[in-house]
This record gives sequence, C-alpha cells and structure tokens, in this order.
Amino acid sequence: MKVDKDIKYSKTHEWVKFLDDTTALIGLTDYAQEQLGDLVFINMPAEGDEVSCDTPFGDIESVKAVSDINSPVDGIVAEVNEEIAENPENINSDPYGSWIIKVSNITEICDLMDADSYERFCQEEA
Amino acid sequence: MKLIFERSTPGLSCEVLPPCDVEPYELKPEQRRGQELRLPEVTEGEISRHYTQLESQTFGVNSGYYPLGSCTMKYNPKINDEIAGLPGFSDIHPLQPAHTVQGCLEALHLAERLFCEITGMDNMTFQPAAGAHGELAGLIMIKKYHDSRQDEKRNKIIVPDTAHGTNPASATMAGFTSVSISSGSDGLVDLEALKAAAGEDTAGLMLTNPNTLGLFEKNIVEIAEIVHKAGGLLYYDGANLNPVMGIVRPGDTGFDIVHLNLHKTFSTPHGGGGPGAGPVGCKAFLSKFLPVPRVEEKDGKFYFASDYEDTMGSMKAFYGNFLIVLRALTYTLTLGRKGIPEAAKSAVLNANYMMKSLEDLFQVAFPGRCMHEFVLTAEPLKKKTGVSALDIAKSLLDHEMHPPTVYFPQIVHEALMIEPTDTESKQSIDEAVKVYRQLYEKACTDPEALHQAPVKTAVRRLDEVTAARKPILRYNFD
Repeated sequence: MKVDKDIKYSKTHEWVKFLDDTTALIGLTDYAQEQLGDLVFINMPAEGDEVSCDTPFGDIESVKAVSDINSPVDGIVAEVNEEIAENPENINSDPYGSWIIKVSNITEICDLMDADSYERFCQEEA
Repeated sequence: MKLIFERSTPGLSCEVLPPCDVEPYELKPEQRRGQELRLPEVTEGEISRHYTQLESQTFGVNSGYYPLGSCTMKYNPKINDEIAGLPGFSDIHPLQPAHTVQGCLEALHLAERLFCEITGMDNMTFQPAAGAHGELAGLIMIKKYHDSRQDEKRNKIIVPDTAHGTNPASATMAGFTSVSISSGSDGLVDLEALKAAAGEDTAGLMLTNPNTLGLFEKNIVEIAEIVHKAGGLLYYDGANLNPVMGIVRPGDTGFDIVHLNLHKTFSTPHGGGGPGAGPVGCKAFLSKFLPVPRVEEKDGKFYFASDYEDTMGSMKAFYGNFLIVLRALTYTLTLGRKGIPEAAKSAVLNANYMMKSLEDLFQVAFPGRCMHEFVLTAEPLKKKTGVSALDIAKSLLDHEMHPPTVYFPQIVHEALMIEPTDTESKQSIDEAVKVYRQLYEKACTDPEALHQAPVKTAVRRLDEVTAARKPILRYNFD
C-alpha cells in the first residue's frame, strides 16, 4: 500500500490535497482501489453541487461492488475530472494522480489523518 | 457455441404458431415498419438445439449444489409446476369476468391469508412483479402514510450497512434519501448509531432479519421502539425470511410493512427474466394505501375491488404474476403448519453444520451460531497464499458446484457468503465441505492452479473488466 506524505486522508479512504485554504482536490486512496479491485464506472456530482462532510457525493463501481465516495469537506464542486469519468481505471494505476473532484469555497474540514496515521488506520482495519 | 443469429439460413422457417383464428387487421402504411425485422431463420430442430445448448451452459439448482448466500437457492418442488399447469389456472385471461375465475381468485385470497399469517401482517398485495418492485411499493406506502398525516418533513430512510443494495436504491426511487448506519462489532445494528440517526426527518428503517451476515437482530424489539418513537415506520426486507418462517413473525417484532421474495423462501423459480413476484404485506392501519386492485370476498364470492380512496394506485397492469403466486401457495400448503417451521430449522441446522465443518480452515467473519447463512473471510488465506475469494469461487466451478456469494456484505473483506438452504442433504453438504477443504490445501501448495481456474468449464475466466467497461449488448449484423 502506498501513501502520499503531502496529503490528508479520511476514514472512508478518500484523500484531500489542498491547493489553497478553501480549495482542494479529492480522490480515492491506494488502499481503497486495492480493496475495490478493477474500477469500471464512476458516478460524479455536477459542478456547483454542494458537498458536505462524511456525506456521499458520488459512487464508484468495481467488478466486485458499488461503493459511496464521501466528501471529506464542506464546500462546492468547482470542477469534475472528466478524464476519470471516462477512464475510472486510472484510479487503479495512479490513485494519487487521479483526482475526482475539485472543491472550492471550503468552509469545514472533517476529521482527517496524516499519512502516518492513515497507514496505521489501514493496518488496523485489515 | 453459435448464437441463434449465426444458425440462421435465409429461407428456412418453421411453423410453431397455430393458424390465426381472428380476422387479420391491415395496419395503415404509417404504422408499418419501414424495415423488415431481422429475425433468425431456422428450423424447429435448430431452435430446439439452440435452447438445449444454452441449458447445457448454465447452472441451476437442478444441476448441483448452489449455496449462493442471501439468495435461498432451494429446490423447487415439481408439484408447484404441476399445479400451475392445470388448465383451470393457466388457460385464463386477466379480462375474464370474475364469476368465471372464482377458483383463481379464491387461490389468491387464500394465499393472502396464509402469507399474512406467516408474516404477522393484516393485508397483502401480490401485484409487485419482483422483490425490488415490492420494496418500491412498500416505500411509497410509507410516503403516503406520512403525507396523510401532513408529516411531510420525513424524507430519510435508515438502512444498515449490511443491507442488500436494493434497499437504498428503492428508497431513492421512492424519493427518499437513504442514510446508512454502521453495524456494531457484533455484526448487528448498532443501537447508538440508530438512536443518533433517528429523528423527526426519519420516514422509516429498512431491515433484513436475519441480516446478511446470517445473524438474527436480537435487539429487534428495541430497534422497533427507537424507530417508532422517532415517528418512523419499520420495513421488513423478506429476503432472509427462510430461517424464521413459521417461527418468528416480523409483525410480532414491530414491523409495519413486509415484502416477500417468493423465489427465495417459497420455492418459485429464480430470475432468468421470467415472471416474478414481490408481495407486500402491511398492518391494518396501512392497508388503505395498498395498490389496487385487491382481491375481496363477500358471501363466498370473490372479486377485484379498486374503490379505495387512499390507494397508491397500481404498480403493474392487472394483478401480478398469478402462476408464480400459485406455485408459492402450493409450496406452503404442501409443507403445511408443521413443515414450514421444520424447513426453517433445517436451513439453520444446515448452515451451522457447514460453518462448523469449515471454521478450522476458513475464518468465520462473525463467529458464534448463525441462522440460514454464514460469512467466511478469505483474507487470511489471501495474505498467506495470494489466493482470493474470487479464486476460490472460480475453482468451485471446476468441481461442478456453484460458488457462494463473494465480496458481500461489503463490511467483510474477501467475503464468501454461504447459504446451504433447507433442501440440501447432509451428504451433499459433506461433499461440498470436502471440496472447500481440498481447495484450501491446494491454495497452500499450488496457488497458481487456483489463479488459473476454472479450466473445465465452457468458458475460462471471463474478462469481467472489459465486459463491464465495453459491453456488447446486441448482435452486430454487419
């Protein structure tokens, strides 16, 4: 399992990369893609949708199952990564390079972990 | 094998349809197809071969052991088909006057009474055509109930994280937002999480009991209290009724609405795109919202009644798939008052026997006694040997056994969910246990063999990823 030291992690296996104080990219972690298996479809929110802490903003389908993608922040969807919508398998090959949505106007950040705590969290879960 | 279109030879045909006995009606030119239908041109013999080949490539309960978790793949007794094939039941038309189909209406009326007795409900409709269709009907009833009380802020349906995926999907279809609550460390509904989720926006809770981990929600009375106190209703997903039928009635444990999967608990055929049934039962205070028509009886005469002011309307044309209900009724009457709870107990005994026979090798996700099914995790095996739940599933195919449900419920990693059902003998379960144990040994000594499986089937391991990403859904004629 890989982690990226510069980003934050949620308990539901999303990562958050802050671009500035109120804007961030959100994606799925390496652990998440490993557990889900080959990804085949992703259901995205629309630009302008509100997202809020620990609430699903979309879902992702693998050959095994469909899972919610939860938002780690309160904010507004500024951009959806169309390339990931077309090729969700990119998350399998490069989870930290494949952001799903860009959120702006962030007003609240959920309880997030740094890379070390997240690694420990995954080991406990496994 | 060849597709039916590949068997087609221009000019060949067969006469399987009887001659037309009504006057032909000439369509107006603008109503006619511009293009000929591209139907395969084959002889009756070729059609027969086509279907026999299809049959030989599928696997059903009549082919072998089929412990697909949460699906209750029990044997479908042949007497069900025999009764459903009687001309008085099968040669009828939904628009026939009621006085000419009294026997059929009486059968539906009797089925309603029996299934209400088994579930502890007061009324039931047989209109919904499948389990998920029944869920939608039940949820619309919940909505109508709250609306009738001008309690319109209730827009949330609570669903545990072990629920079947249809629950949140049906809630969304019915216009609710589904709220998932986590299970406790014992695999049961976490009462604290439920209390936190329940409130004045709660429309109801959907619960499968026993749940998909094969565990009986022993706190059901308290769960019902929490939901009712918050003003919500309790919905019973009947998917796992099999191990409690005739023993525990959902209605007695606080449920207000129930749907049944006749193809699971009551031995009617599964899937295949054929007709299904998802009856919905409810307590008397909700009966006025049931779909119409409903079968009523007055002075020994049976008839369809539609004059219910508060009804949710119709879920389907006419009154559901009658012959499926008739098969379930036949099953229930065959087993009778003694046989129904006995079948439930056999289902529980078989599951526990199989679990005990495997627990020294495969880790049981939630140890203890199970109900109709149990969930193993192949996680330790995968760590040790690299062999996953999927590899085990594929390897079972080479042993002419249907795999269990895999990767569900999602809260168990590398899940293998096994439901032997009540209709398997000790012998066939022992046989299955032997194969599971052999596969475990093989995984330790020769994991590559399991990665390669299946090798004996008509097709080897399918490319599920490409099939999901780039599905070919129709025949390409050109």
